[in-house]
Amino acid sequence: MGRVLAVIIWILTLLSVLLFFSGWWFPAAISEHAPALDRQFLITIIVVGLSFAAAQIGLGWMVWKYRDTGQAGDRALYSHGSNRLEVLWTVITAIVFITLGVMGQSVWASLRLYDAPAGSYQVSVVAQQFQWNFHYPGKDGKFGRTEPTLIDDSALNFVGLDAADAASADDSVTAALAIPVNRPVELRLRSKDVIHNFWVPQLRFKQDLVPGMEIKVHFTANRVGKYELACAELCGQLHFKMKSYMLVLPEDELQQLQALPQADFQNKMTELLAKYPLPTN
Amino acid sequence: MSETHEGVHRHPAPTGFIRKYIFSIDHKVIGIQYIILALVAVLVGMVMSLLMRMNLSWPGTSWPILGTLFPTGAPGGQMTPEFYLSLVTMHGTIMVFFVLTTAPQGGFGNYFLPIQIGAEDMAFPVLNMLSFWVTLVGFIVILLAIFVEGNQGLGEWFAGLGPSFAGGSGTVGPIGGWTGYAPLSALGKIAGPGQGAGMNLWVISIAIFCVGSLLGALNFITTLLNMRTKGMSLMRMPLTCWAWFTTAVLALLSFPVLLGGGILLLLDRIANTSFFIPGGLYVTGLLSGTNPNFPLHTGGSPILWQHLFWFFGHPEVYIAILPGMGATSHILATFARKPVFGYRAMVFAIFAIGLLGFFVWGHHMFMSGMSPYSAIAFSVLTLSIGVPSAVKTFNWLGTLWGGRIRFTSAMLFALGFVSLFVAGGITGLILGQSSLDLPMHDTYLVTAHFHLVMGVASIFGMFAALYFWFPKMFGRFMSESLGRIHFWLTFIGVYAIFVPMHIMGIVGMPRRFSSFTEYEYLRTLDPLVMLVTVAAIITIGAQLLFYFNVVWSVFKGKRVENDNPWEATTLEWNTATPPPHDNFAGVLPVVYHGPYEFAVPGAPRDYVMQTDMEAEVPSGNGHNGHKH
Amino acid sequence: MATMVTSTRPSTKKGPGAGPGMPGPNGNGSKRKDAFREPDSRGNRYRIGMWVALASIAMMFTSLSSAYIVRSGTANDWVPLAMPRILLASTALILLSSVTLEFARRKLKSSLHGEYAKYLLLTALLGVGFLISQVIAWRQLAAQGIFVSSHPHSSFFYLLTGAHAVHLLGGLLALMFLLLRSRRKTLEPALAAKRQATADAVTIYWHFMDGLWIYLFLLLFLWR
Ligand code: HEA
Ligand code: HEA
Ligand code: CUA
Ligand SMILES: [Cu+2]
Repeated sequence: MGRVLAVIIWILTLLSVLLFFSGWWFPAAISEHAPALDRQFLITIIVVGLSFAAAQIGLGWMVWKYRDTGQAGDRALYSHGSNRLEVLWTVITAIVFITLGVMGQSVWASLRLYDAPAGSYQVSVVAQQFQWNFHYPGKDGKFGRTEPTLIDDSALNFVGLDAADAASADDSVTAALAIPVNRPVELRLRSKDVIHNFWVPQLRFKQDLVPGMEIKVHFTANRVGKYELACAELCGQLHFKMKSYMLVLPEDELQQLQALPQADFQNKMTELLAKYPLPTN
Repeated sequence: MSETHEGVHRHPAPTGFIRKYIFSIDHKVIGIQYIILALVAVLVGMVMSLLMRMNLSWPGTSWPILGTLFPTGAPGGQMTPEFYLSLVTMHGTIMVFFVLTTAPQGGFGNYFLPIQIGAEDMAFPVLNMLSFWVTLVGFIVILLAIFVEGNQGLGEWFAGLGPSFAGGSGTVGPIGGWTGYAPLSALGKIAGPGQGAGMNLWVISIAIFCVGSLLGALNFITTLLNMRTKGMSLMRMPLTCWAWFTTAVLALLSFPVLLGGGILLLLDRIANTSFFIPGGLYVTGLLSGTNPNFPLHTGGSPILWQHLFWFFGHPEVYIAILPGMGATSHILATFARKPVFGYRAMVFAIFAIGLLGFFVWGHHMFMSGMSPYSAIAFSVLTLSIGVPSAVKTFNWLGTLWGGRIRFTSAMLFALGFVSLFVAGGITGLILGQSSLDLPMHDTYLVTAHFHLVMGVASIFGMFAALYFWFPKMFGRFMSESLGRIHFWLTFIGVYAIFVPMHIMGIVGMPRRFSSFTEYEYLRTLDPLVMLVTVAAIITIGAQLLFYFNVVWSVFKGKRVENDNPWEATTLEWNTATPPPHDNFAGVLPVVYHGPYEFAVPGAPRDYVMQTDMEAEVPSGNGHNGHKH
Repeated sequence: MATMVTSTRPSTKKGPGAGPGMPGPNGNGSKRKDAFREPDSRGNRYRIGMWVALASIAMMFTSLSSAYIVRSGTANDWVPLAMPRILLASTALILLSSVTLEFARRKLKSSLHGEYAKYLLLTALLGVGFLISQVIAWRQLAAQGIFVSSHPHSSFFYLLTGAHAVHLLGGLLALMFLLLRSRRKTLEPALAAKRQATADAVTIYWHFMDGLWIYLFLLLFLWR
């Protein structure tokens, strides 16, 4: 029994570890902070992978070696433990885990502790059950005034844009997100109803959109292309298809898009969405 | 029996079926009632998980029986998204609350804590009975939540209770996840299906459950502090008692917070207050305050609910695992025939886990919009909680080292616990880092993490405990051969179910998705999704063996011929089998030894029971010339 | 049963055998002198239990008040509530009730059962008085058209006072229970001790409810 169990534990451990080399992995990263994050992930997964393996191998070893062989009078070793060992492994694990924990803050800090650099590209994101609305300031770079009371989905005024406000004349609102490549982007995240979550796997980036709050986040995408954008917070019945796309465009292409008035903006957007394929990995 | 004192026990054994088996105030009967409750609840939860997997692997397939059972949730037998989501919600809620917060503590704890500390009953037997019946009511209410919506049958009746009870557009229960995030859970039925009567009952059930567990915790703590028998000093208690005690403290301090939050949530739902609902919401075409169906709300804070919930929620997960840890330590020592390695270290570790557990709740909220600075504090604290857990792991290995391991079913499951706890625990070290939570939050990596550590490690703790104590509880063994088969299938099965989920998480598969067909980047995962489902079906099937084994063994199992079949050392093993109404037939035992005295050099047997006296008294072990 | 005599020599193994500071020979666990003290008196359980119960009640009100503080801090929709004067009366009543209950407890200690019962009754009456004046306060607000859902402050007012009232009602029931029991004047020591313990427990609870009320009162009308 002991031997069988040991072998099974080892096999399960081996298979589990192998699964992590089976080719399934993160989709290729497209943001500036991603490489650092992926490195931290790799370091962590190696550390925990090793301790996982070590623990399982150790466990297997114990049950293999110390199974009861059933000779009479043969007794286990009488020991209540060893303070030296206790101290030793407490200190070691403490050092390892806390170091991991501290290292694990750097990317977070770089993204969340500082405001977006000046001149970063601004988009206001307004989520609702079960669609995304992206509000662009237009040429003047100023967002038109928005009011909950002005929201009217039936009239397609999803964000409650105030037509009376001068700044809103050149604004556009679309269902897909277009951002420039290699330039910091600042998103202002809001929600009309319940909590949603902005999540683009390739960005390695996530943030809740909380009703009643405007949350500002920033990142820099560095690979042109079209990427799937998902909602990663349970928001009700159709949570699973609250989907949109994020277009990372060359600066010039984005400028052209910017220049267009609302209607053409929409068409151009559909064009671009058709033009760019989804990433293959 | 060595010595007697305080022979008289307070309440005589009841006669008559009702007082003896139904409304009993005997902690042993209540313990068994809790275990039965858990066995029923887990069955419901498992069937739900089965349906969930079926829906994920064969989207759009129609299953005729479902059509007849849930005409609104699965019209024509096809599961709707809202049906799936309510399954997820109920699965999570039932498993966490009615399985993992009942059997490990209320079940085994109730039965064995008083016996292991040498008490004739719990401190407040009547409260103890109440705590079970309150919990049961909570369970019935949560089950009702499945059937009240859809404006037919029960749903119709509930709709009579008032607008906030009127059914949504037809689902089988609340949709909010077991975490019931506001405002989705607070807005009422305008927020879509699953937000009507079912959600009210969900909140009410949770509140009732809180009260039940509080009564239980009160009892555990008082009993342990007040009723330890002569010689049972704190450091002579079995680790199980330490675990149950710490668990009770966690419950005592965390459940009231959830209760408070639940009350606020309920008020938001039925008295349209605005604790969690901010102003200016525009839901499904209605602006807050412009329509009778959507009264005016202002200024509420959705994140407040998350803080209240997780301040409870994180300690809750340790409430779920600590009793398992206790049972594991206990059983490992017993069947390795060796004292627990580093008993004190184990006690301190339990405490450290319990204490730290109150300061890490923010690690569930990194993406919630909470202050990024506090996120960093929570993150570092979270990783440091891995240390006492690792210490426990090392000590378990240390206990096995140099032992003479006997592989009973109980021992197998205890060993499985160690393996699974490590497997699940270490991923906590990934999720605990705020940076890595950016990609990982709300993906299947989280699902993998908590299933390994809670969904099965804790459950393995229960299995081990049941196989171990069953002979004492019913005077019969559970079938060892069935037990072994059950172990192999389950152990391999759960690895096959939950390890692939890590990969899904890394690729970026989000949780609480009723279908993955919408996203291209998830397509590559189809084979894994299928693998998981198949493994789940087999594993769940294997549980039928277990249920059969339990029922069969109660009546037909091999009889135990002596009171200490495992040659164990603690008090439950030197009273009758099953123990008499007052546990020790009026003669409370006196304790002379630590709980795990196996393989003592020079002792005639390879185990020294806690009640054994010695002729030759070594110095400095606190006997104070005690007379016998 | 196990009464076998086992001779066990001190094992002086060091290192991974039995490290320093580990439980002594045959692991008697703690070496504390009181390892063999008689178990705690059973009566004590009522006091212990009460303190434990209060801990959890305190936690619930902590969660509610933290909600109050967060909500009042973040909100822009805060309409302060004018304090209904009658609450001062409530406060006076409950303070007084604590005093009388303390008297009752003292009387019981010096086993003056008659006095004890009188003071219990008085306390109960004061408690009822408190609840009545709370109800009056609610009805006054309702008359002004201020209800639970009117604005955050009113929501919290009704919630907190309501929750406190429910707990106090529990206290009243306990007092009733003591009153019924107090009818029997002469009882053997065991029962006397038990009665004292229960009385103590109820007193602790009542004092706590008293303090809790003061706290809520200050929170509701001084915090913001
Ligand atoms: C029993 C339940 C349980 C337990 C014990 C744990 C334990 C831990 N959990 Fe888990 N957790 C949950 C249940 C549990 N969790 C649940 C239910 C959720 C999801 C809630 C939801 O959103 O629905 C969750 C979610 C969750 C999150 C949020 C993820 C997200 O939503 O984004 C985080 C983040 O920090 C986390 C961290 C941890 C950590 C650090 C531990 C630590 O305590 C782990 C400590 C253990 C170890 C570190 C292993 C020790 C062993 C070794 C290290 C081996 C060493 C040996 C050798 C080297 C030989 N958990
Ligand atoms: C105890 C906790 C527990 C347990 C046992 C399980 C068991 C299982 N869970 Fe569950 N699950 C959760 C807790 C648990 N789960 C939670 C909290 C969530 C999150 C919900 C949310 O998102 O809100 C979740 C969500 C969840 C999801 C994610 C849904 C989604 O996000 O879309 C999935 C998907 O496959 C899943 C599958 C399974 C499967 C296949 C099993 C099992 O069927 C595996 C086989 C079962 C066993 C091995 C257990 C057998 C146990 C016994 C027979 C008890 C014995 C009793 C005694 C000894 C007294 N679960
Ligand atoms: Cu929006 Cu999920
Ligand atoms: Cu947690």
